Amino acid sequence: MIISKKVIRKKNLKEKVAFNIFRVFSAIVVLSLIAILSFIIYNGISVINWNFLTQMPEDGMTKGGIYPAIIGTLCLVAGSMIFAIPIGVLSGIYINEYTKDSWYKRFIKLMTNNLAGIPSIVFGLFGMSLFVNTLGFGDSIIAGSLTLGLMVLPVVIRTTEEALKSVDNSFRHGSLALGATKLQTVRKVVLPMAFPNIITGIILSVGRVSGETAPILFTVAAYFLPKLPSSIFDQVMALPYHLYVISTSGTNVEASRPIAYGTAMVLIGFVLIVNLLANALRKYFGKKVKMN
Amino acid sequence: MIKFLKSTFEKLKEGTLFLSSTITTLAIVLIIIFLFKEGIGTFNQTPIEDGFSLVVNKNNPINELSANEIKNIFDQNITNWKTVGGKNDSITLFNIDNIGEFYSDSAIGENFEYLPQCISDYTEKNPGTIAFVTTRYTGKGFTGKILTTTKVNISQFISQKEWFPTAQPAAQLGVLPLILGTLWVSFGAILIALPLGLATSIYMAEITSPKIRNILKPLIELLAGIPSVVYGFFGLVIIVPGIQKIFDLPVGETALAGSIVLAIMALPTIITISEDALRTTPKAMKEASLALGANKWQTIYRVIIPYSGSGITAATILGIGRAIGETMAVLMVTGNAAVIPHSFLEPVRTIPATIAAELGEAPQGGLHYKALFALGCILFIITMAINLIVGYVSSKKKYNAR
Repeated sequence: MIISKKVIRKKNLKEKVAFNIFRVFSAIVVLSLIAILSFIIYNGISVINWNFLTQMPEDGMTKGGIYPAIIGTLCLVAGSMIFAIPIGVLSGIYINEYTKDSWYKRFIKLMTNNLAGIPSIVFGLFGMSLFVNTLGFGDSIIAGSLTLGLMVLPVVIRTTEEALKSVDNSFRHGSLALGATKLQTVRKVVLPMAFPNIITGIILSVGRVSGETAPILFTVAAYFLPKLPSSIFDQVMALPYHLYVISTSGTNVEASRPIAYGTAMVLIGFVLIVNLLANALRKYFGKKVKMN
Repeated sequence: MIKFLKSTFEKLKEGTLFLSSTITTLAIVLIIIFLFKEGIGTFNQTPIEDGFSLVVNKNNPINELSANEIKNIFDQNITNWKTVGGKNDSITLFNIDNIGEFYSDSAIGENFEYLPQCISDYTEKNPGTIAFVTTRYTGKGFTGKILTTTKVNISQFISQKEWFPTAQPAAQLGVLPLILGTLWVSFGAILIALPLGLATSIYMAEITSPKIRNILKPLIELLAGIPSVVYGFFGLVIIVPGIQKIFDLPVGETALAGSIVLAIMALPTIITISEDALRTTPKAMKEASLALGANKWQTIYRVIIPYSGSGITAATILGIGRAIGETMAVLMVTGNAAVIPHSFLEPVRTIPATIAAELGEAPQGGLHYKALFALGCILFIITMAINLIVGYVSSKKKYNAR
């Protein structure tokens, strides 16, 4: 009995040690992540004011605002979403509602997964080769939007699929039993129920598109362009690329540091808003669907 | 009739659904076509820029030189023709800009129209000469010999140790330092991120209260959404100077800085996925273990971790994949020196960073441009392989669970 007590004490000691190690490690992780966030917010928040958001860059990007970059990023987000949302949602519907567990479904899933795993710079290369050079769009919003859209396509497909999966099968059976066709069932029953989750996924992919740099390097982003785009074949500045440029290769890196902090802050702020919005929508629609 | 119309209409809509689902497949096919079309073009070109030639004495038995040999000759590491398989004769380099020292202006001609003769004459008189000239000057009246250059081939491309794609006279396209640099930085990142990430995911899934977990989980998901360029910027202003100070280095842009930034970026991915995997362990299993007298820690490392092992492995591999493909953050903090890494405190250059940094300056359709696409192909193949491994590991899990 004495031995077993010893064993118990030993194993409890081990547990204590292990758990404390885990606690310390988690604390390191969480604190360093918080440190990064607060560092950027702390340095960036003082830079941000209305003028910063609505003025053109001046003096070799060491003064003035980031207005054209914000507009550029909004253009790119809109453009890529116009491409990715319909195709992504439709394709998610097809995969989840129409294909049975066939080789074709597995193949599409494999392809979607593979597309999701391709590094963003490879999308940049591809976009440059196909949209900019072969199709002759040049460095333009449309080339950049298509490249970005292609990049988030798998994200949209996957979230749609997950959202549809979470709709209970009894609803489908009920609708079909009432004489609705498959398409009617999908459109009138399944989609409305899956809608909140689909929307959340889409909003999150907006966050992702707005921050990507590598795919737009060679397809749309302009180093410095003190005017707004007038057509979809124009180049634009974009927030992430702007941050990269002014923090590494601007005319005066030190003088443009405040602008860099401000730009980083705007990017983080965008991601924050997008996340909050997604959560709020999820809650709002979640309630509504339950009530119906 | 209406019924027929309706069903046709429905078929049409379903057709649209089907078409959109094939887009991803089409996209992959297109990516492969465009990437490899340009990339493979690398292996059909000579490393000498178009419009330039290497000329030697017409009796020189050498016909062909490789990019590496040319470089060594012009760097004067090779000083005898014997080394590259020719006669025992020392190599003299001739710079075309100095032609005025040997020939008068009238001999060269007002518009350099007699330059080909002069070059021929010079190589005639100095049999060991090699000169790098514009192809224009090897036209009419030229009697020397134009060397051909070995085309870039795949084994050289992968195994050579020098990456100087714009070097004159011959571009040096050796990807080895870039591949090693990529692996080196990613390896360092995983070394940092894996223990921290696993510990955090175990802590979140099993140790802490649901209350704290509900705070941590959204925070970590939020951090996964922060753009890589912001992490790169953070690395540039905090980590790089920090490393420079701590290790007393001339520059702080090192592989270590890259690894740390990548580790921070990979953490949210690793934590979220492995936490999900840990939480798939059936409650019954955990309770059975606890009922047998095991304490929580024993349950964790004897039951939960083995059960979710494949999920954790998948998370790790995905983390590596993310690290290998990451461009901007790495580009900003690693210093981008294309040399084979020996320590974590040296600058390195990764494949994605090379593409991002150089593609803007590479003339379209040129050798450099194509070589960068070939790099893209390598990256594509590596990440494809990683995806397939992840797919295999996760499918294995399903099989085991059954």
